[in-house]
Amino acid sequence: MTERYGAPLGVDRPSRGQAVIHPSRSQWTDVATAARADGFDQLIDLTAVDYLNYSADRSLPEGVQPERFEVVASLMSHERRERLRMRVQVPADNPSVSTLFDLWPGAENLEREVYDMFGVVFEGHPDPSRILMPEDWSGHPLRKDYDSGQIPVQFKAASNVR
Amino acid sequence: MTDTAAADEASPETTITGAAAGSAPGAERVSRREPSAVLRMSEAEAAEIGGDPDDPDDDELALLNMGPSHPSTHGVLRLMLELSGETVLRSKPVIGYLHTGMEKTGENLTYLQGGTNVTRMDYVSPLFNELVFSLATERLLGIEVPERATWIRMLMCELNRVASHLLFLATGGMELGAVSMMIYGWREREEVLRFFEKVTGLRMNHNYIRPGGVAADLPADWRSDVAELIELIEPRLDEYDTLLTGQPIWRERLQGVGIITAAEAVALGATGPLLRGAGMAWDLRRDEPYLFYDQMDFDVIVGTHGDCYDRYAIRLNEIRESLRIVAQIIDAMPSGDYRTQDKKVTPPPRARIDASMEALIHHFKIFTEGFKVPAGEVYAAVESPRGELGVYLVSDGTSVPYRVHVRAPSFVNLQTLPHLMQDGVIADGIAIIGSVDPIMGDVDR
Repeated sequence: MTERYGAPLGVDRPSRGQAVIHPSRSQWTDVATAARADGFDQLIDLTAVDYLNYSADRSLPEGVQPERFEVVASLMSHERRERLRMRVQVPADNPSVSTLFDLWPGAENLEREVYDMFGVVFEGHPDPSRILMPEDWSGHPLRKDYDSGQIPVQFKAASNVR
Repeated sequence: MTDTAAADEASPETTITGAAAGSAPGAERVSRREPSAVLRMSEAEAAEIGGDPDDPDDDELALLNMGPSHPSTHGVLRLMLELSGETVLRSKPVIGYLHTGMEKTGENLTYLQGGTNVTRMDYVSPLFNELVFSLATERLLGIEVPERATWIRMLMCELNRVASHLLFLATGGMELGAVSMMIYGWREREEVLRFFEKVTGLRMNHNYIRPGGVAADLPADWRSDVAELIELIEPRLDEYDTLLTGQPIWRERLQGVGIITAAEAVALGATGPLLRGAGMAWDLRRDEPYLFYDQMDFDVIVGTHGDCYDRYAIRLNEIRESLRIVAQIIDAMPSGDYRTQDKKVTPPPRARIDASMEALIHHFKIFTEGFKVPAGEVYAAVESPRGELGVYLVSDGTSVPYRVHVRAPSFVNLQTLPHLMQDGVIADGIAIIGSVDPIMGDVDR
């Protein structure tokens, strides 16, 4: 078996035996819908990784084009006590992917966090806003080209004199 | 399986709390702007509405900010509430006040230093953060941890669960006016923390569980210390039962308040007591056993009504189950190493450094550069007192993780708040926040 719900299965080595599939962006909603129908009733986790300066081999299955961002969703089937991880490649010039909110409402805050931290837009999300950073913040802190440190303390009432 | 919630005779409908009034059959539904429980409104929009003078001809909906420094919101949680009179229509938890970019910080710390970072996330159950980070790292490294180290991890984590639930009882009691419970909860928790201090050197933020094992072996007299703890806490739990469980005010404040069904909890990603309270028997210790939980004899506590009272009863009884596990660990603890002898991960013992130049160099290198972890990605999860605590690690083959993501149970569970609070009164909101038990360090990271 090299495919599941029409998406290629991950190579075993980097995932340490955990089940991973790599749907493309256009497949994202369909694969998620198929997984949801197949008993994956809970979206446990959703996050992203910025592979901007990743030095090692990405070890993606054949046919999957590596892109800068990767959105990672962890699903759980309580019935079968089984987990499944979906990894989708998201290009830097158009960082967007469709939302999973309609399938799992629990995606709401997780997708807001990914938008806040990485600037990945979730199309169809009911509340595409920042969640952890202040609303008027610019930039997305977990991007690899966003430096940590040397940020003036932001306090809305203060004039940031430095 | 123990069904504690079955012990209560009163059905949620028969309670006389104000919360039930809004949703009771026959009660008139209040007008609302939209049916959703979640208030999807930016702070700027809210400020605009909030700035308007009260117009008596308006639909009488008010917008109220509760927090971020409200004494009953468990730290810096702010709630934007849309109210009709005292009834909550929609609400929005506004978070981020404690956000310090710990996931970003984690990308600059070696795997050995990572523990000091993650332990500060959920500061009420720090050992679980360290455990799950270590498990993820070890899975990437492909190393085995000695048996004794695994047993020590289980012992410490179960005691941490006791401490965490005791704190829940203390703060939850305080918020609902049972102030004596606050004193008792903190007092008993302190006894557990005293044992932690003896073992790890610190009351909190231990950095005790590390990749490869634990930082130090248990003190020689740990068995009697732990036995004393069990002896101390167990009868006190019965006292809490007398003080709270059967007490009419306590029951009326909690029963039938903040109801969630299992299907709703699953859809919203809720885990831990919130999910079990809704009647779903799901505990990673039993359903996806890690460490040696498959050798332990314990019950998964499940509720039936999914209300605040069930969540309280579950936590109280989980303390009993944790003490049961701890008692079994006292007998089962083997002798042996408390950390792996893999030279790659574990620094040489102090005595070797005086005798061998190589050991000195190795010791220096492991603490300055850290150890390299094979490239790849991995997800590990444990059952923390608040639900599924997970770590998603991506390594690029260096000694610093490329990405550390923490699946924080408090962060995800917080999504249920608007649904739990809808159609209740503000005062019930306090009980609901307490019963969800969010730790803001875990929410904001």
